[in-house]
Amino acid sequence: MSSRARRRFDFVPWLFLSPALILFLYFKFIPMGQGVKMSFYEVRTYLGDRWVGLENYKTIVTDERFTSAITNTVLLAAGATIGSMAVGLLLALLVEGTARHLWLVRTAAFIPVVTTIAVAAEVWRIMYYPDAPGPVNTILGWFFIDPQPFIAHEDTSLLSLVAVQIWRGAPYDMMIFVAGLAGVDRTLYEQAAVDGASTWRRFLHVTVPALRPVFAILFTLAAIRGLRVFTEVFTMTNGGPNGSTEVIMTLIYKLGLQQGHLGVAAAGSVVLFIATVILTIIVRALYRKDARA
Amino acid sequence: MRTDRYETVLGLDSYKGPMAKVLKLVGYTIMTLVFAGPLIALLVGSLSHVVDPTKFSLIPQGGFTLKNFIEAEERHVYDYLFNSFVVVGLGLLLQMLVSVFAAYSLARKRFIGATIIMLLILSTMMLPEEVIAIPLSVVLADLPPFHLNLIGTYAGMILPVGAWGFSILVMTEFMREVPIELEEAARIDGASELRVFFLIILPLCRPALGVIGVFGFTMIWDQYLLPLIVATEPSQYTLPIALRGLRGDEEVGIGVLLAGATLALLPSVLAFLAFQRQFVQGLTSGAIKG
Repeated sequence: MSSRARRRFDFVPWLFLSPALILFLYFKFIPMGQGVKMSFYEVRTYLGDRWVGLENYKTIVTDERFTSAITNTVLLAAGATIGSMAVGLLLALLVEGTARHLWLVRTAAFIPVVTTIAVAAEVWRIMYYPDAPGPVNTILGWFFIDPQPFIAHEDTSLLSLVAVQIWRGAPYDMMIFVAGLAGVDRTLYEQAAVDGASTWRRFLHVTVPALRPVFAILFTLAAIRGLRVFTEVFTMTNGGPNGSTEVIMTLIYKLGLQQGHLGVAAAGSVVLFIATVILTIIVRALYRKDARA
Repeated sequence: MRTDRYETVLGLDSYKGPMAKVLKLVGYTIMTLVFAGPLIALLVGSLSHVVDPTKFSLIPQGGFTLKNFIEAEERHVYDYLFNSFVVVGLGLLLQMLVSVFAAYSLARKRFIGATIIMLLILSTMMLPEEVIAIPLSVVLADLPPFHLNLIGTYAGMILPVGAWGFSILVMTEFMREVPIELEEAARIDGASELRVFFLIILPLCRPALGVIGVFGFTMIWDQYLLPLIVATEPSQYTLPIALRGLRGDEEVGIGVLLAGATLALLPSVLAFLAFQRQFVQGLTSGAIKG
C-alpha cells in the first residue's frame, strides 16, 4: 500500500503551479510562437495569411525607416545607459552614508524612478516648452544660455529624450550603487590611505574593482530597457519631429497596430528579442570571465 | 572620530566646518530640486491657476484652488482613474495569488520537472513585454481554443499581468527559508494542504508579500502598451493612456492635464513611501541576483 502511494504521481505541486503556467502559456509563450510565425507571413485580415519567407526580415534590414529607427534606438539606449550610470555613481558617492539627511535626499531623488512613465513624459513636455519663458529655458537663461527648442526640433530632440531617461534612470542606478558601496571592505580604504593613496586613487583602485559586478548588472538591465523603449518616446514625441526620435518599438507599433503590417511588425519584434538575448549573453559571458580572472 | 574619514569613499562626513556645511546643503538641495522638483511643480501646478507651460513652477501662481480637479470631472478623469483602480486592484490580487501558489510548489515541494519550470519562468523574465505586444494583440482578440475576444475588456488588461516571474522568484526564495518543522507539525495534526499553505506558510511570508505587493502595484500601475492595445474606445482608457488626450488646447489650458497627471502620480509615489524598506530590499536583491 505505502509503496504504491509513493509511486503515484503527485499532482499537488502541479495544482499550485497551474495558474501561473496557464497564464504564462497564454500571454507569453503562445504570443511568442505566434510572433515568430507571423514574421514569416504577410498577415491579411480576411484573405488569409500568405507565406513570404524572409521577406519581412529583408524589409527591416533595408527599409530606411527601420535602419534609422535602429540607429536612434541604439543612440538613445547608449546615451541613457552610460549617462544614468555615470550620474548614478556620482550621486551614490555624494549620498553614501547612514546619516538621516542623506536618507532623505536619497528618497527624494528616487521619486522619478517610481513615477509612472506617462506622467514623467507629460511633466517633461511642459518643462521642455520651446520658447524663452519655458521652465527649463528660464533656468538656462540664468546662465546666459540661449533658449533651446528641445523636443520640438530634430537636432535636439533625441538628446532631450536621453536627458529624461537619465533623470529617471540615474536615481535607480544610484540606489544600487549605494547598496554596492555598503559592501566594500572599509579597512581597505584605511589601508590605502596609510599607503599614501589620494581619494581619487583609492576610488579607482579599491572602489571601482569592488563594484565591477554592479556595473555589469546595471549595464545589462539598462541596455535592455533602452532597446525596448516605447512609452517615453511614444508619449513625448511619438517619433517626431521628422522621424528624429523614431525608435524600433514606436515604428513597430505604427506599422503593426495602426497600418496593419503585422508581419513586418512581428519580424521587428523578433529581431529586437534576439538583440536583447545576445546582449544579455555577451554581458554574462564577460562578467563570468571577469569573475574567474 | 578618525574612522569617519574612511566610512565612505569621499569621506564627506569628516568635513565639519561651516563652509563644508553650506556647500553640502547647497549640493543636496540642487540634487533634490533636479529630481523631485519637476514633480513638486506638478503637484503645485495642479492646485493652482496654471494656464500654460510658462507658468509651471514651484511657486503657486495666483493662489491655491481645486478648480483643476473639479474641471477634471467633465473630462472624465475620474472614470479613467476608476478603470486604473479596477485593473490594478484585481490585477495585483491575481498576481499575488498566482505568485504565492507557484512559489509554494517551487520552494516546498520536490517533483520531477521543477528545474524546467524554473527555467521557463526565468525565460519569461528575459522576454520584454514590448516584444510580444504585437502578437499578444492578435492572441487577445482570439484566445485559443475557445475563440474568446478579450479586446476591449478589463480581463484583457488584467490577465496578461497575472503571472510575473519577478514576484514568483522573490516569493520562492523567501518561502525556502520557512523551517520545515512547522509544516511537519501541522501535517501530523492532520492539517490539509490548503490549511498548511494558508495558516502556516503564508502568514510567515508577510515581509515578502510586502515586496511583491509594492513592486506588483507599480508594475501594473505603469502599464502602458497593454491597455493601449486592449482599449478600443476612450471610455476604456486607464489614466496613464488617457493623459495624452488631456493636453490642453488654447481654451482649457494645461490645468486638467496637471490634475490628471497628479492623480496618476500619487498612488505609485505613496506606495513607494509607505513600503520604502521593502522596495529598496526588492530592488537590490533583484538587481544583484540579475
